[in-house]
Amino acid sequence: MLTRLTIEELGARFRRGEATPSQAAAAYLERIGALDGRVKAYLTVTRETALGQAAEADARFAAGRPLSPLDGVPVAVKDLLCTRGIRTTCGSRILETFVPPYDATVVARLRAAGAVLLGKLNLDEFAMGSSTEHSAFFPTRNPWDLDRVPGGSSGGSAAAAAADLAAATLGSDTGGSIRQPAAFCGTVGLKPTYGRVSRYGLVAFASSLDQIGPFAKTVADAALVLGVIAGADPRDSTAVDVAVPDYRAALSGGVEGLRVGIPAEYFIEGLDPEVEAAVQAAVAVLRGLGARTEGVSLPHTRYGLPAYYLIAPAEASSNLARYDGVKYGLRAPGGRHLVEMYGRTRAAGFGAEVKRRIMLGAYALSAGYYDAYYGKAQRVRTLVRRDFQQAFERVDVLAAPTTPGVAFRLGEKTDPLQMYLNDILTIPVNLAGLPGVSVPAGFTQAGLPIGLQLIGRPYDEATVLRAAHAYERATTWHQRKPPLP
Amino acid sequence: MTSPALETIIGLEVHAQLSTRSKMFCGCSTAFGAAPNSQTCPVCQGMPGVLPVINRSAVELGIRTALALGCRINEHNRFARKHYYYPDMPKNYQISQYEEPLAEHGVLAIEVGGTPRAIGIQRVHLEEDVGKLVHEGALETARSSTVDFNRAGVPLMEIVSKPDLRSPEEAAGYLRALRTILLYLGVCDGNMEEGSLRCDANISLRPAGSEEYGVKVEIKNMNSFRNVQHALEHEVRRQARALDEGERIVQETRLWDPERARTVSMRSKEYAHDYRYFPEPDLPPLQVGAGWVEAIRAGLPELPAARRQRFAAAYGLSAYDADLLTQGRALADYFEAAVREHPRPKAVANWALNELLRELPADDDRAVAACPIPPRNLAGLLRLIDDGTISGKIAKDVFEKMYRTGQDAPSIIEREGLTQVADSGELSRIVDQVLAANPKVVEDWRSGKKAALGFLVGQVMKATQGRANPGLVNRLLGEKLPTG
Repeated sequence: MLTRLTIEELGARFRRGEATPSQAAAAYLERIGALDGRVKAYLTVTRETALGQAAEADARFAAGRPLSPLDGVPVAVKDLLCTRGIRTTCGSRILETFVPPYDATVVARLRAAGAVLLGKLNLDEFAMGSSTEHSAFFPTRNPWDLDRVPGGSSGGSAAAAAADLAAATLGSDTGGSIRQPAAFCGTVGLKPTYGRVSRYGLVAFASSLDQIGPFAKTVADAALVLGVIAGADPRDSTAVDVAVPDYRAALSGGVEGLRVGIPAEYFIEGLDPEVEAAVQAAVAVLRGLGARTEGVSLPHTRYGLPAYYLIAPAEASSNLARYDGVKYGLRAPGGRHLVEMYGRTRAAGFGAEVKRRIMLGAYALSAGYYDAYYGKAQRVRTLVRRDFQQAFERVDVLAAPTTPGVAFRLGEKTDPLQMYLNDILTIPVNLAGLPGVSVPAGFTQAGLPIGLQLIGRPYDEATVLRAAHAYERATTWHQRKPPLP
Repeated sequence: MTSPALETIIGLEVHAQLSTRSKMFCGCSTAFGAAPNSQTCPVCQGMPGVLPVINRSAVELGIRTALALGCRINEHNRFARKHYYYPDMPKNYQISQYEEPLAEHGVLAIEVGGTPRAIGIQRVHLEEDVGKLVHEGALETARSSTVDFNRAGVPLMEIVSKPDLRSPEEAAGYLRALRTILLYLGVCDGNMEEGSLRCDANISLRPAGSEEYGVKVEIKNMNSFRNVQHALEHEVRRQARALDEGERIVQETRLWDPERARTVSMRSKEYAHDYRYFPEPDLPPLQVGAGWVEAIRAGLPELPAARRQRFAAAYGLSAYDADLLTQGRALADYFEAAVREHPRPKAVANWALNELLRELPADDDRAVAACPIPPRNLAGLLRLIDDGTISGKIAKDVFEKMYRTGQDAPSIIEREGLTQVADSGELSRIVDQVLAANPKVVEDWRSGKKAALGFLVGQVMKATQGRANPGLVNRLLGEKLPTG
């Protein structure tokens, strides 16, 4: 089955002529047709685009001139990434009909590498959420248990990668939106350093926190995708010109002598005992591979969540101001004048969670409250970043649970605060702009995946991936497949 | 007009469009007058997912201006988002600067009515312009409106004065001096009608001698020097009357209506926007290193004040003439180029100020630079006066023909046969005829009416269509008139 193969395996078959990109694309499209009615990972399937791109890739392999390790590989992206000529909804009614006239830089880089685009993946509206239940269209299901959420906001991307509905996918991570759903769906999810991957064409949620990253079946595949999308971009001033190493090559070498810190503050009250046990076991595996583990402290961890819920909504309230019915997307009828048109459009176009965050953010930025809220949150952010800097003076990577618990049932968390707590272990990494990965690290008795989070120094994705790869090689969690046909 | 007990306090906010080829945060052209929305891209249309990238040359023009105004350049400056909803603004926020602007604490020296004043510059910052709305009918009743984003994202520089201006005349003088500097620096074309240069004012009155400021009113929509002065004069009167009658001034924004010559309330402070400024997260702080600043400083041109002084000292011009000649960089350049060709500065200055400025506005650099009489040709004309080929009177006609046709002086003089009659034989005959035709005037002269000479010179000039060499005519008349 071509859909079971990793990118590396698929590429090898293409090169040997044992399979063609068209066959791979057809196999994935068939699987999407058969299964996605239940998983509901895709908002848009781009069948024609995929088959056209695959045919071009066929020709390149036939000529012996593939463009990259991703050439002919069927991928899909979160519907928050602009795709030229292909509807980009952000999971929102307000952009339900929006067709961008341009490609996000990462999409352009995937195209240039020869990757085949299968479609656009579901998400919480504008990436605001942790369950993909806030999609304006429909919730995505967890492939391991269709009554449970896949996590979010990149729930479609995680579910598609876990259910073999794409060879790899892209998501975005503002407070955990790649790592948390990766943990819930038992797949690999990497959030690169802030500034490592261009955000041009990623529809902004919180500009100082958003970062694009891959979901993949293995760490090696994630490394391959990162290699294609990473690097400076003249269109994004925050994408820094730091040399991009060969991530695939950097995977080898193991963890002998690697110093792994275990942050005490991440083993919080309320942490699911099964998650805790799995993570402790994973740390033991790393130790067994020669890593030196030690306890470290990140004392300001508990302030990360409240700081995040000021900074992210503040930036969101600004970023979402442009959706006003004037230029593109939804314009609600019936407004008698401009202000009424604005009001009706935004009332009809945004869901409850988006409205909640816009209000929170607008309040946090308003005159007289700025210093107390946004200003103070930024100072907390500095403290959180400093915690990590001090820890990284002693250790090379940090190992922790990705989430306090495992995938919950659809509709189970109705209180926004309960939902927000899902990201308590991932948010500090965004506040500090660090790279982090979630890798499969076991299952609960009920058969739900557990994620191990590894966090690294700025721009040191290579070390994070090397540790994750060593762990993956020593375990078999990633080989398990969800109970789907 | 103000009751003597009140002092006028004015501060100006000037927005200048920077003369860059591309927009502030994207690569679109800034050219004026293109078809609607033809100079736009996803970035300046505020599409989802786009990001701004700072235009380096806009920053350079900003630094250039800030240095010319003696500002301190902030080494670490940053952009901020200013939020308000309006359809001419694609993102519903404007990328501007708030805390940590490009530059602060400058000064602009002006002179109004012979009194020199130093007006403080509070800050110079960069931002992006908004688009343009076109309403079908009047705004209030328009059935529809269209928006043109060609202007959206064009780089703007905002120059904010301290509340140091003490009269509408000073405000207009400050604006003139500032505009001249911007033109000298080549950072803005200064065109107020096209909106390249816009001015808002904050104005308040207070009892003379008071340290505290009164309640200020913001005045908008003053798109010419005249409008600035008239609007402020009106506002001084309005506020003074209100204060005299014991009313309170309301903090508000008022629009100048030039048709009705009055200001009209637009919105009061209760409805003032909360702009919810915060640092623009899509742009890292802009580092302006000393090396960059010094390189820009080294490229600064001579500024109007320095040039004015040099013109007076080096060319022996009156302060008044030096001031007029330095109103525009192109005019001053014109003058100096002509003087290089014809080193008689006073004559060149007279011709430039009296004749050239009859045709051209002194401060319109584009027009002066495109003048049909290049400096070389003016110098050529003045040489022909000096060597006696034509008289000064004829030269004025020649100048006008040069301006209309773009030809040089010798071509026109030759074509029209305007060469001065300096042939003493021919002139002698004409003088004889004039004396014979005017015996009564000759008799007046003999009886001591010296003024009669002027009439006779005039008659000779008339007979030669003004081409007679005046010196020769005088000499011949002196010889031929009977003494006694």
